[in-house]
Amino acid sequence: MQDLKGDLSVLDKPVAGNNGVSLISAMHDIQEKYSYLPEEVLRELAAETDTPLIEIYRIATFYKHFSLTPKGKHRIVSCTGTACHVRGIEVVNTEVSRLLGVEPGSTTADGKYSLETVNCLGACALAPLVVIDGEYYGNMTASRIRKIIRKHDKKTEKTACSCSSSAK
Amino acid sequence: MINMILNGLEISVEKGTTLLETANFYGIEIPTLCHDEGLSSYGACRLCLVEVGPPGRSWLVSSCTYPAREGLVVRTHTRRIARARRMLIELYLATCPSSKTIQDLACQFQVTAVRFRQRHDDCILCGLCVRMCDEQMQAKAIGLVDRGADRRVATPFDKKSEQCRLCGGCQYICPACQARCQGPQEENPICNACLNLAPPCLEEYEDAMCYMDPCVACELKGNN
Ligand code: FES
Ligand code: FES
Repeated sequence: MQDLKGDLSVLDKPVAGNNGVSLISAMHDIQEKYSYLPEEVLRELAAETDTPLIEIYRIATFYKHFSLTPKGKHRIVSCTGTACHVRGIEVVNTEVSRLLGVEPGSTTADGKYSLETVNCLGACALAPLVVIDGEYYGNMTASRIRKIIRKHDKKTEKTACSCSSSAK
Repeated sequence: MINMILNGLEISVEKGTTLLETANFYGIEIPTLCHDEGLSSYGACRLCLVEVGPPGRSWLVSSCTYPAREGLVVRTHTRRIARARRMLIELYLATCPSSKTIQDLACQFQVTAVRFRQRHDDCILCGLCVRMCDEQMQAKAIGLVDRGADRRVATPFDKKSEQCRLCGGCQYICPACQARCQGPQEENPICNACLNLAPPCLEEYEDAMCYMDPCVACELKGNN
């Protein structure tokens, strides 16, 4: 792993200081870059903005979006909101867990996929909904998700993990 | 000055005082769990409930966070409050039965049964330690992290904090840290021993002071 000591270069703008708003956007930038919030960087952020470290830790643990452990290269997010729940996301989730061998909320051993759940993606008409690397897949069923993941697997192997590649 | 009605009395208090401070000033006792005079109000425990508003259309508020307002009608000891408070104490007993503070409250308000699933937590999330660390010790070494059912008091990254000077302020103020009389591991969720406490004295003399004074038994029986 790279040495993260003091590396705040990810921030495209200087963080203003002691208020929650700019802290959160700074943490967004950090998470974007490293795919999680590394402890060293957060410590640096605390020193830089003159904020107590506990405050940053509090924010990092409060929001579900932030993660303190490394995420996989590809993110599979499934919605467990009411609409998706009613239309059977449970079955899809078990299928994904079975395929990848990990429970929701964790990352596969090879660091390729991380499984997450959220409470509503705001696209309930597409329920049940799964998002893979920012791409929305609606009306999901167990058999469809199997195909999609397999396809995704092949594609990413070919392109040697250029994570942001889209197209179905 | 603000004029309001407290338990039927017309009173006036300074602007900016809370209902709890007002009641205490007029000698009315309100139990608290998450309040300390030296710290900011937090309103977590809800034990300091009072009833506000005209009868029939009143609502319950936590007195430690509610500021006195002109013309407010406040009642501090109604049946509705007593019921709500006893329910709260019951819930606290179900969460954290090892605390002496909570056991004492149970005796004081005669809570004798717990109808909820018993847990044995060591924290009631009153936030006193966090405020102590921040406001009095100026350290900000601990805080409430996570949320919902996972909320807990922790140091950054759950490691030993560099800000902590080991002052012990958090332990000093914690209402859950003082173990109940039988020790922390007691199975039985309610002690209630204080309910059956009789003054051990054989004779009482009106004008001689007891050498045991202050004595718990006397205090509980109210014959001081
Ligand atoms: S419930 Fe899944 S998108 Fe709203
Ligand atoms: S003392 Fe008022 S809510 Fe705890």
